[in-house]
Amino acid sequence: MEEIGLLMQGFAVALQPENIILMVAGIVLGVLIGVLPGLGGANGIAILLPLTFALPPVSAIILLSCIYWGALFGGAITSILFNIPGEPWSVATTFDGYPMAQQGRAGEALVAAFTSSFVGAFIAVLMITFVAPLVAQFALQFGPPEFFAVMFLSFACFIGLSKGSPFKALAAMMFGFLLAGVGLDGVTGQLRMTFGSMELMRGIDFLVVVIGLFGLSEIFQSIEEGLRFKGQSAKITMRTMLKTWAELPRHWWLFIRSSVIGCWMGVTPAGATPASFMSYGVARRMAADKESFGKGRVEGVIAPETAAHAAGTSALLPMLSLGVPGSPTAAVLLGGLIMWGLQPGPMLFVEQKDFVWGLIASMYLGNIVGLIIVLAAVPWFAMILRVPFSIIAAIILMVCAIGAYTVNSAEFDVVLMLIFGVIGYVMKKLDYPLAPLVLALVLGDRTEESFRQALLISEGSLSVFFSNWLVGSIMVAGLTLMFYPAISKLMAGFRSPKPA
Amino acid sequence: MMLSRRQLPMIGAGLAVAGGTQAQAQRAWEPQRPVQFIVPAGTGGGADQMARIIQGIITKHSLMRQPMMVVNKAGGAGAEGFLEARNARGNPHVLIISLSNLFTTPMSTGIPFSWRDLTPVKMMALDEFVLWVNASSPWQTLPQFVEAARAGRIRIGGTGSKQEDQIITVAMQRAMGTEFIYVPFRGGGEVATQLVGGHIQATVNNPIEAVTHWRAGTLRPLCVFDTRRLPGEGRITDTMGWQDIPTCKEAGLDVEYLMLRGVFAAPGITAPQIAFYTDLLNRVTQTPEWRELMANGAFNTTTMTGAPFVEWLTREEARHRSLMQEAGFLAAGG
Repeated sequence: MEEIGLLMQGFAVALQPENIILMVAGIVLGVLIGVLPGLGGANGIAILLPLTFALPPVSAIILLSCIYWGALFGGAITSILFNIPGEPWSVATTFDGYPMAQQGRAGEALVAAFTSSFVGAFIAVLMITFVAPLVAQFALQFGPPEFFAVMFLSFACFIGLSKGSPFKALAAMMFGFLLAGVGLDGVTGQLRMTFGSMELMRGIDFLVVVIGLFGLSEIFQSIEEGLRFKGQSAKITMRTMLKTWAELPRHWWLFIRSSVIGCWMGVTPAGATPASFMSYGVARRMAADKESFGKGRVEGVIAPETAAHAAGTSALLPMLSLGVPGSPTAAVLLGGLIMWGLQPGPMLFVEQKDFVWGLIASMYLGNIVGLIIVLAAVPWFAMILRVPFSIIAAIILMVCAIGAYTVNSAEFDVVLMLIFGVIGYVMKKLDYPLAPLVLALVLGDRTEESFRQALLISEGSLSVFFSNWLVGSIMVAGLTLMFYPAISKLMAGFRSPKPA
Repeated sequence: MMLSRRQLPMIGAGLAVAGGTQAQAQRAWEPQRPVQFIVPAGTGGGADQMARIIQGIITKHSLMRQPMMVVNKAGGAGAEGFLEARNARGNPHVLIISLSNLFTTPMSTGIPFSWRDLTPVKMMALDEFVLWVNASSPWQTLPQFVEAARAGRIRIGGTGSKQEDQIITVAMQRAMGTEFIYVPFRGGGEVATQLVGGHIQATVNNPIEAVTHWRAGTLRPLCVFDTRRLPGEGRITDTMGWQDIPTCKEAGLDVEYLMLRGVFAAPGITAPQIAFYTDLLNRVTQTPEWRELMANGAFNTTTMTGAPFVEWLTREEARHRSLMQEAGFLAAGG
C-alpha cells in the first residue's frame, strides 16, 4: 500500500518538535475560539493567516488546521453547559447535551461529546488517507439538483422530530425560512426584505439568532425560575470519565452511521452543520424510544458530535483535491494555500506530496492531542457550573454580546441578539419548538439557492430532481422519510380504530 | 457630485507629494493607530485573499509601524463595506480593497454610493478572465463553441448575480447573437468544480480559480478576455502555457473585460496621508511574494495611482453603466 509509506513520511514531517509545539498551541487556541460564541473557526483562522507567512507551508497548515480541530472540539462545551452553541454545528448538541447537564450529568455529556468528536474525525481521516481520489470523484457528481436533494433529505429527517403541535413546528420553520431570506438574494442579485435598512443588508446571521434564541432566553428563564443553574452539583472525577467510556462501545453502530453521514456531508460539500442536524434526526428516527430524545439521552450528544467532526474533517478533502471549500473555515484555509504558493486542486496530491501527507499525518496527531487536552480540561469546565448564577449570568451575557458582535463586527447584531433572546423566551413559554426555526434558518438559504440553480439549469422542469440515479434516490429517500410518519399513523389507524 | 469636486484636486496634490522623495513623504505622516483594511466581500474570495496577502507582506517586511487589520464587510454585495469606508470621512486609518462590485453593486441594488465617495489610492493589478469549457467537450476552439451556442442554449456558470461574470456572459451574448443560460454560484472554486463535474458547460473564471483543473487535464481554455495575451513563460500543461491562449478578439469574439483590484482610502484625508499609503503599496508590489502571486494568478500587472487612476475609474464606471443598462441590470432609479 503506497498510502502507508507516504503517511509514514508525513508523520516524520508532522512530528518535528516545532510542528508539535504549533499543534498544541493551535488546539488550545482553537478550543478557546470554539468556546466563544461568534468567534468561529473561520474568523479565528482568518485573523491568524497573515502571521503564518513566515512559516513553511506545512507548519502553517498544521497550526491553522489544529485551530480548526480545536474549534470543533470547543463548540460543544458551551452547548452542553449553558445551552449556548459556540459554533453552528453544535446547535444539535444542545438538544440533549444541555438537559444532561441540568440533570447533573455535564461530565458524562462532555466526555461523550469529545470522544465522539474524536471518533468522527478519526474515521474521516482514515477515509481521506485511503480513498481520497475516489471520494473526490464522487463529490464531482454533486450539482445543484443533487445538492438540493441532500438539503431536502436533511429537512425530511427532521419531520416529526418535535413534540407537540405540528402546526407550531411548521410556523417556527416558516419563520426560520423568512429570516433566511433577508439580505442579498444570490440568484438575482437583489436585496430582499431589508426595508431600506443598511443593517439588514448583510442578512440575519444564523449565529446571532442562535446566541439569542438559545443562550439569552435560557438566562431569562433561569432568572424567572430563581436565579440558579440546575445541575450545579455536577461532580466530575476520573470515574465519570471511565464509566462513560465503558458505556460508549455499546453505541458502535451509531458512531459508524453518524460518521458516514458526516463524511458524506463534508465531501459533497454541505458542511458540518447540516451533518449534525441530519445525524441527530436519523438517530432519533432509528431509536426504539423516540420520546426520550431531547430529555438528556447520551445518543443525542454522540450523533451530532460524531457527524459534525467527521464532516468538518472530510470538508478538507474537496478543498485539497478540488479547490472547493466544504465549510467557511475550509474557505479561509484555501486562501492560505494560495497565499503560501500552493495550488489546491487535483494536482496538489501529485505535486506536493510532502505537504499533503504532512497535513494528513497532523490530522491524526492533532485530534489525539486535542482529545487529551479537552478531556484534561473537563473538570475545569464543569467547575464553571458551581460559580453562583448571579455572577456567571452576567459573564455569559457579556460573552454573548461580544460573540454576536464578532460575527460581522456590527453593533446592530448585538441588538438583534437581544431581540431574539426575547423571541426565544416567548416561544418557549408558548411551546413553539426552536429547532425547526434554527434548521430552516441555517439551511434555508442554500436550499433555496440550489433549488433555483437546478431549475435554471433545467429551464424550469422539476424532472431535473429525478434525472439520474443519484439525485433520484436521494429524493426518494427524502420523500419516504417525510411521509413515513403520516403513512405509519394511517396504517396504525387501520389496525386499531380506537385512538390512543 | 459635490464630493467629487472637492476630492479631485486633493488627489492631484497627493500625487505631487508621492512624486517627491519617499522618505520625505513618510516623515510627513504615518499611521498613529492600527489601520483597518476593509474587504467588501466574504472570507476566502479573491479580494479577501489579496487583502490578507498585502497584510502579510506588510507584516513580514515591517513596512508599517502600526499593525493592519483585515475586516470583512460583505453585506449587500459589498455595499456594507463601501458605506462604512464612506462614512469614515477624514479617518486616515481606514483602507478598502475593491473588486468590480465597486461599480456593479450600487448600479444593481440602487444603494446610493459611487467610487467618487472614496479616495482612490492605487490600482494594484487587474484580474483576467478566461473562457473555460470541460476538456471532454467537443469544442476545441472558440468558433466551434460559438457554433454550438447558436445551435442550442449553453449553460454558463459564474460567481454572483449581476456582477462581472454575468456582465461578461451578457457581453458575449450580444457579440455572438446567441442566448446563454447563466447560473450563479457562490465562488470561483465552486464554479470550476461544477464545470469539471459537467453540471454546467462553460465558465468565465479567473485564471487562478481554474488553473489547477487545467493542469489536471479536466478543463480547456478557449480565449482570454483581454486585448493582449496573458504573460508568463513556460508550460502549464504538456502542450500549452498561458501565452498560448488566444485573446477572444483574435479568436473572433470582440469582448474585453478586466477586473479592478485596487485600494481606496476614506474620503477627505490629507495629501501626506494619501502619499503614505501610495508609497506603502508601491513597496508591497516590489516584494518577491507579490510578484509570485501575480505570476501564479496570471494577473495583468498594470498599476496606476493618482490622476491616471481617476481617469481609468471614470471610464470604467461609464462602461459598466452602459454594459449593465444593456443587460437590464440597473436598479430602478439607479
